[in-house]
Amino acid sequence: MQTSTGKREWRLCRDGFGDAIIELGKTDRRVVMLGADLSESTRALWFKEKYPERFFSFGIAEQNMLCAAAGMALAGLIPFVSSYGVFLSGRAWDQIRTTICYSNLNVKMAGAHGGISVGPDGATHQALEDCAVMRVVPNMTLVVPCDYHETRKATLAVAKMYGPAYVRYGREKVPVVTNEDTPFELGKALVMRQGGDITFIANGYMVSQALDAAEILAGEGIEARVINMHTLKPLDREAIIRAAKETGRIVTAEEHQLAGGLGAAVAEVVVQTYPVPMRMIGMPDSFGESGTPEELLTKYGMTAEKIVTAARSLLNKNGETATV
Amino acid sequence: MSEMSELEKLQRMCRVVREDILRMIAAAGSGHPGGSLSAVEILVGLYFSRLRHRPAEPDWAERDRFILSKGHIAPALYAVMAHAGYFPREELLTLRKLGSRLQGHPAKGRPPGIEVSTGSLGQGLSIGVGLAVAAKLCGYPWRTYVLMGDGEIQEGQIWEAAMSAGHYRLDNLCGIVDRNYMQIDGSTEDVMMLDPCADKWRAFNWHVIEIDGHDIAQVVAAYDEAASVKNKPTVIVARTIKGKGVPFMENKAAWHGKAPNAQELELALSQLY
Repeated sequence: MQTSTGKREWRLCRDGFGDAIIELGKTDRRVVMLGADLSESTRALWFKEKYPERFFSFGIAEQNMLCAAAGMALAGLIPFVSSYGVFLSGRAWDQIRTTICYSNLNVKMAGAHGGISVGPDGATHQALEDCAVMRVVPNMTLVVPCDYHETRKATLAVAKMYGPAYVRYGREKVPVVTNEDTPFELGKALVMRQGGDITFIANGYMVSQALDAAEILAGEGIEARVINMHTLKPLDREAIIRAAKETGRIVTAEEHQLAGGLGAAVAEVVVQTYPVPMRMIGMPDSFGESGTPEELLTKYGMTAEKIVTAARSLLNKNGETATV
Repeated sequence: MSEMSELEKLQRMCRVVREDILRMIAAAGSGHPGGSLSAVEILVGLYFSRLRHRPAEPDWAERDRFILSKGHIAPALYAVMAHAGYFPREELLTLRKLGSRLQGHPAKGRPPGIEVSTGSLGQGLSIGVGLAVAAKLCGYPWRTYVLMGDGEIQEGQIWEAAMSAGHYRLDNLCGIVDRNYMQIDGSTEDVMMLDPCADKWRAFNWHVIEIDGHDIAQVVAAYDEAASVKNKPTVIVARTIKGKGVPFMENKAAWHGKAPNAQELELALSQLY
């Protein structure tokens, strides 16, 4: 599982979504695709090219698209809705809450362009609150895959389960840290690296950064466990509790606001079950701005180096627990 | 002759449904009498005449679909469904009470026959669009009906849905606007002007039928006309009176969302026409 940083392949999560929906379209005639004028970018176009009769354009009108997907689900179809995360989770939140989730309808949502790494488009297009607002709605399943393979597997997995599901991923190529054969089970965290001194719990792009951080610390004789918490809801509470008990310190890392995201979800479990010191890496209650993905991730502190710094703050020289 | 008696039966049903609406809302102590009373003929004409459904088999695959987009008039829908045989009439008095299936706004499957949860205005027509698109894709024969309030069509999403229904030529979709000209804050034309209402729908490529929404013969005829229109969705703009049937409630915005007390209920039932 551990890959040396320099040799990693970089691929688009969006392509994992695109490849998955083509597979789904082939094997299940109930699968339909809805697009809101971003079909090339979200890869919905790949589905349209193969199965034009099962692709439906809804124009720049996300609220209608989400409720139309609800209607299609009521008729027994499995609608996939794709757009940018800000528009899907923000513009259509009430539609997702009241029409889709309250009625527990089988609508699958693909929120592209999650995170600050959207880059030059700036704050309007950088979805940094999407996980928080999707996580709090009952009946929702929320997945934040870490790379191409995991996005493909997550898309296939949400198609198989019944109920509303949201898959969130970014715009840019990200390091491939899993492979075709890496296990993926909704709601079951993936331990990507064993370690007993501290645990990093990450999702999305930040999984690769957590792995890099663990490598850096390994050079200092510190063994960090790295947990890929791809499913944010339902959360794998057992994996979190085990990490708290066995390593005594947790650093979370996500490309999302610190409020309401992965770190908050982990903290909710930790403080109620086995309190241990924690640090959280993510967006510090701020909107983004234009810049390259690298510049923005560095400026706002979502890097392997920041995870290392946070880890060090939890570990003193002797590896004992720091005071909170 | 038999047609006359059929209409008379529907008219009698409207009266009984109005009584039930008033009793339910009074028993609940809250609810929306005004818009419930204005939509009675629209609902009775559908459920007791033109809707293809099997109350004893609520998930019959070939049933027509009905979506109550103006979810706050749930009491009218529940009363009509109870009389149609979906559930016992006695249950109506459990409206809005803890543990009741009859939620303040309709909740999917509670009781069976409620197709989807509604209550946040502006979303039902889009659900209808999805159902109608799916029916066309899969070759299903059933039709989809969506009842909207007139105040509700101030929601922008209604026009997103209207645009998409016209775009996909959904002739298996029928919208109904309960055009009672009243909403919570007063006249629709004062709160946010809706006229020319019919022209708006025509501009979105809909076939429009304008009727007196309290004339049951016109209501039923409109459903038939809608079913005969090809290549376009149809909207029935039904001119109605908010609070219809209870003189002291008619055209009074104050009765949009207020329950009658015991004396008011007695008065309302005695005056009901």
